[in-house]
Amino acid sequence: MSEYIIRNGHVFDPVQGIKGDKKDIAVKDGKIVETSALSASAKQIDAKGKSIMAGAMEVHAHVAGPKVNLGRWYRPEDKLFDSHKTPGMTRIEGGKSIPTVFKTGYSYARMGYTFAMEAAMPPLYARHVHEEIHDTPIIDEAALPVFGNNWFMLEYLKNHEIENNAAYVAWTLNQTKGYGIKIVNPGGTEAWAWGLNCLTVNDPVPYFEITPAEIIKGLIETNEYLGLPHSIHIHGNNLGNPGNYNVTLDTLKLVEGYKAKNNFGRKQVMHATHVQFHAYGGDNWGNFESKAKEIMDYVNMEKSITMDTGNVTLDETTTMTADGPFEHHLGGLNHLKWANVDVELETAAGVVPYIYSPNITVCGIQWAIGLELALYAKDPMRCFITTDHPNAGPFTRYPRVIKWLMSKKARDAQIKAFKNSDKVVAATNIATMDREITLYELAAMTRAGPAASLGLGKDYGGLKPGMNADIAIYNINPDNMPSDPEEIEKAFSGVAYLFKDGKICVKDGTVVDNGNKRTFWVDVKVKPNKQVAHDVKEKFLKYYSVNEGNYPVPDSFAPHPYVIAVDATQ
Amino acid sequence: MKTVTLTVKQAPELYLECENITPDTFAGKKADEIAQLPAYQGKEDTTLGEYFTIAGEAGATAAETQIILKGDCSKMKYIGIKMTAGEVIVNSSTDMYTGGWMKGGKLVVKGDVHSFCGLGMEGGEFIIEGNAGNYLGASYRGDWRGMQGGIIRVKGNVGSDICTFMNGGELIVEGNADVHIATHAEGGKIVIKGNVNRRVGGQMVKGEVIVFGKIGLMMPGYKYTKDVDLEVDGTKANFAEYVGDLGERHPKRKGEPVYGKIFLKK
Ligand SMILES: [Zn+2]
Ligand SMILES: [Zn+2]
Repeated sequence: MSEYIIRNGHVFDPVQGIKGDKKDIAVKDGKIVETSALSASAKQIDAKGKSIMAGAMEVHAHVAGPKVNLGRWYRPEDKLFDSHKTPGMTRIEGGKSIPTVFKTGYSYARMGYTFAMEAAMPPLYARHVHEEIHDTPIIDEAALPVFGNNWFMLEYLKNHEIENNAAYVAWTLNQTKGYGIKIVNPGGTEAWAWGLNCLTVNDPVPYFEITPAEIIKGLIETNEYLGLPHSIHIHGNNLGNPGNYNVTLDTLKLVEGYKAKNNFGRKQVMHATHVQFHAYGGDNWGNFESKAKEIMDYVNMEKSITMDTGNVTLDETTTMTADGPFEHHLGGLNHLKWANVDVELETAAGVVPYIYSPNITVCGIQWAIGLELALYAKDPMRCFITTDHPNAGPFTRYPRVIKWLMSKKARDAQIKAFKNSDKVVAATNIATMDREITLYELAAMTRAGPAASLGLGKDYGGLKPGMNADIAIYNINPDNMPSDPEEIEKAFSGVAYLFKDGKICVKDGTVVDNGNKRTFWVDVKVKPNKQVAHDVKEKFLKYYSVNEGNYPVPDSFAPHPYVIAVDATQ
Repeated sequence: MKTVTLTVKQAPELYLECENITPDTFAGKKADEIAQLPAYQGKEDTTLGEYFTIAGEAGATAAETQIILKGDCSKMKYIGIKMTAGEVIVNSSTDMYTGGWMKGGKLVVKGDVHSFCGLGMEGGEFIIEGNAGNYLGASYRGDWRGMQGGIIRVKGNVGSDICTFMNGGELIVEGNADVHIATHAEGGKIVIKGNVNRRVGGQMVKGEVIVFGKIGLMMPGYKYTKDVDLEVDGTKANFAEYVGDLGERHPKRKGEPVYGKIFLKK
């Protein structure tokens, strides 16, 4: 394999504490190595005046599977005028908020991303998720199966049977080639099948007689019993409603008393996702306001939590979530169109188009809340940048979100551009916040932090010799930062170079190689469990529309796996 | 105003995508530059110059540019799409998406237009001297933004599903219309001088449909309210007013629900 030496660039790597120093990076056989390990034939890359970071890691996005495809089916207008092929090796790229798999892979790579986590895999439709993952070029991907409304889990945790629940989770990860435990509106999506919802952590789930708090704690215990690389990954109750920040605080506080137990260097026991949608004050849309500070005061203090922002990008987009009741509610608010899928014993999903208009005060406040979360974060290793793609905006807007985070001037310009900027300012703190995220902090929020949270910190998210050679080189010079914030957006829109597994996949913003994408999944070994084996058999006979034998994802669906083995038999 | 004349010299084997034939794209360009503008045929990237002889030159802006098309354009799609000003005159029939998302200016087609023309139109004037196909003035498939402004006038007949999701603007049809008029509409006005097959105003929230001829069958969601005198496109007449679609949601103004309306000439 090729050898490279990247010279004269400014390196930003929280793994090694390098804050923009000029340092040569050596690449050999897909790994970062000491410069002394290179032969004389190593190709030189001149990175003078540029910034070098590890490949960025997307911790939460909806990029593959039935829910995303439902959006594609019923929103042909999303790829209007996208039918032409552009010159070069790439295929036609269609879709704005729900791009095709090709556009997904290319777009992440062009922005310097090398990994994306599909945030909600319905176990029953895991095959579809893996088919799309397989067809997404360049980037590595993994998927989190959803457990927060699953009948097995509800029954085990109702009786606090952690060992059984753990055996079931391990079985499901293996069957679905999944990565970890995703929870969406715990109990609420199941309650919706009864025409109800769970809007606090104490609302009981009908029939199952269990509360969201018991589900969340039970799944934390399950996760740490198994010692998975990632923690539980939660979309809490009462998303998107004014005044929900109290429910969010109640959810976050459930980590108290728990400690991470794993061999992957992960420290948190909970990852709270798209917190922007959960940091709302007021009790109606008229007195709606930011509670980002209240949330971040707690997150800053509680080291057992990592989170991502869910930044609103002020675009027309497509919302999609396993939070079926929320989507039904949203469809009733905007009268555009609504689609819903029920996934048998496991989960559900809804899809509704949404326009975050700068002329609507609430959208402006949501925009501010997402940015405030990151700007209040004291530890950038625990607060990551997402748009909950495509829920708060398409991931292709990361360069714009980065511009807002790195430049107060850019934020002020956007505040001024709001139709009701005085109302947005009155309901938020954004106008008073001077902090500008540095390149080093950005590297933590988009690389080293997500990698550590996912339990991948040993090989990913940094540039230390021995780590995987996923490297992004940006046309931005820390010694001469642009005064025009648009230049920041431009620099992060197209990398000068992207190395994936030591191979140049993007050059000057253009895809030049499809790379060797891999599917990450977690294979957990547990003690044989007769009870769970019996329960699985029984539920498939009684309830599922498929046979147990047709449920697992065959190896051929993930032909380039990166399997993380976990031994939970001890 | 300056004029560019495009004369068809070769009919496309498939269909030619002419989204670049607009005053906005032509503005400021000379004939040889216009000839270089891309035009897809299927997946092949060709140029306008391969299919048209181009004479004259464009004005400095769209508003100062007139485009005249000569020869058979019935296999040309997207003519006049998204135009904001100026004039396009086509001396033949055209294919789908003619005048889509128009924002201003004037587009005249002297023959027929195919389906999906005038989609999501926001402004300007679109005159069709022959017949129009289906989905005239509607939204793009899946979209909720149908015709929002401007005016479309059809001298002949129109097909089905016209002005689906219409939100504003005006469509005047001097001939007859087939099924599905103003489905899901939330505004706008449709005048049909001839007869309508059936299914007028299904799931209409707001908007007006005025019919001079007969409606084959009135939808059950409509209720007769009163007779009214109206002046429509220069003609004064007495109409029966119906409100609906009663099965659909309706916004309120001053406490009273706002309905879609059908006016049927007596
Ligand atoms: Zn979510
Ligand atoms: Zn999500």
